[in-house]
Amino acid sequence: MTLQRKSDIFFCSLLIGALLICLMFADAAVSQRLDRKWIEERRAIVRVLALTDLCLTTEARYTRHPSMADLHTPFQDHPLSLDHFPSGALMLPPPHLQPQDGGE
Amino acid sequence: MMGALEKQRHILDFTLSSLGRRKGKNIALAIVYTFVIFLLASVLFLSDALKQEAGLILQEAPEMVVQRLVAGRQDLIPTRYVEAIKAISGVQSVEPRLWGYYNDPFSGANYTLLVNPELNNHPGAIIIGSGVSRRSEPGKPQQSLRKNDHIPFKTSGGEVLTLQVKGLFPSASELVTADLIVISEPDFRTLFALPAGQATDLVLKVRNTKELATIAAKIAQIHPDSRPILRDDMLRTYAAVFDWRGGVILMVLSCVFFAFIILAWDKATGLSAEEKREIAILKAIGWETSDILLMKFWEGAAVSLTAFFIGIFLAYLHVFLASSPLFTPVLKGWSVLYPQFRLTPHIHVYQIAVLFFLTVIPYTVVTIVPSWRSATIDPDAGMRM
Repeated sequence: MTLQRKSDIFFCSLLIGALLICLMFADAAVSQRLDRKWIEERRAIVRVLALTDLCLTTEARYTRHPSMADLHTPFQDHPLSLDHFPSGALMLPPPHLQPQDGGE
Repeated sequence: MMGALEKQRHILDFTLSSLGRRKGKNIALAIVYTFVIFLLASVLFLSDALKQEAGLILQEAPEMVVQRLVAGRQDLIPTRYVEAIKAISGVQSVEPRLWGYYNDPFSGANYTLLVNPELNNHPGAIIIGSGVSRRSEPGKPQQSLRKNDHIPFKTSGGEVLTLQVKGLFPSASELVTADLIVISEPDFRTLFALPAGQATDLVLKVRNTKELATIAAKIAQIHPDSRPILRDDMLRTYAAVFDWRGGVILMVLSCVFFAFIILAWDKATGLSAEEKREIAILKAIGWETSDILLMKFWEGAAVSLTAFFIGIFLAYLHVFLASSPLFTPVLKGWSVLYPQFRLTPHIHVYQIAVLFFLTVIPYTVVTIVPSWRSATIDPDAGMRM
C-alpha cells in the first residue's frame, strides 16, 4: 500500500505519534515491574539505616536532608545572609515548617 | 458520510500543501512549539517521578525523629532524653542516631556520615556509596575506590584518621546512598570529637502509628526544646519539594507559559498578507467561510499535534532514559558529588491530558480566530492587500 495523499501521510504520522505515547505507557509499566527489585533494595537500606531523605543534591545540608532542616538552615552564615545555594531555589521549605501547618 | 470524510481529506490535503509552501516559517514554528512542550512535559515527568520514588522509598523511613533545637538551630541531643521518651506509653523503642556531614578537603565533596551499630565491632571499617567511590581530586582523572582501599579523614583535632572501605552500596541505590559513608560509633566520635552521652537525634518506633501525633505532643511537653518530625512530614516534604507551584519548577513553567503566549499572540493578532491573499482567492473560487475555518483548524491541528507527540516523546526519553541532562546543572548546583540515578518511569493519562489541553487546544483555537476575521471580508479587498 502506498501513501499517495498528504492526508494519508498525516494520519499515519498521527497514528505513529499515538503509538509512541502507548509505547511510553508500556515501557513505564515494564520498567516499574523490572525496577521493583531495586526499589525494594532501596527501601531495605532506608529501613536498616533509618534514613530520612533522598540524596538529590549534596551542596547544602538543608537540600541534602530537607525533611530534617529547620527554617534557619538556609541562612546559616549570618542573620542577613540570604540563601545562596542553587538547589535552595529549586526546593520549597517542607510543609511541616510552614506556619499554616503549625510549624516554627 | 463518506462524502463528508472525503471533503475533510481534500481540505487537509490542501492545508498540508499550503503549510509546505511556507516551509521555513512552519518548520521554525514547529521546532519552537515542540521545545515548549518538551520542556513542560520534562518538568512534569521529572517532578512526578521524583515524588513517586520518594513516596515509595521513604515509607520505610523512621516513624519519628526527635531533634533538639538550640537558638533555632538543630543541636546535639543528650541521650538521657531517651529514658523519659521511652516511658511514654505507646513508644516501642528509642534509639540515638549519630550522623553528620564531612567536607572532604581532597575532593571538596560533602559526605553524609552515618553510624551503624553493626560496624561497632569493626573499628576502622566503612561502607561507602557509589558517589563516594568516585572520589577524585578536582581536575584529576576519576579513580574508583574499591573494597579494602583506604580513605584518610581529618579529625576535628587536625589528626588524620584512615578508614578502610569494607563494602560499597550497589549503584542502583544511589538515590539514597550516593554520598553516604556508614561508619562505626567510636570512629564517628573520634572524627568529630563528639562527647559520650550526645547524639544527633533520636529515632522512635511506636506500637500504633495512629498515636504518633499524641506521642509527639507528649515529647514536646516533656522536652520543650525538642522537635519531633513524623514520617508523614518526611513524605509530605518530598510531595511539596517538587510541587509545580514553587521554586524553579514554577519559574520554568512561567517561562514556557509566556513563550506559548507569545506564540499564540503572534497567531491571534493576524495573518500575513500572503495568507490573507490565499484566503481571498479561495473565497473567490467558491470556498465557503466554514471551509476556510476548517482549513485553518487542520493547519493548527497539524502543527500542534506534531509538536505535541514529538515533544512528549522526547521529554520521556530525556527524563527516563537520559536522566534529565538539561536539569542536572540546576539540581547539581555547587555539589561536587552528584548522584547518578535513573528514575523509574511513572506517567499518567492525567499528565498527558493536562499537556494536551494546555497546549494543543489553545493553539488550535487561536489559529481559527484571525482566519475567521479574514474569511468574512470581501475577496476582492483581500486580494488587493
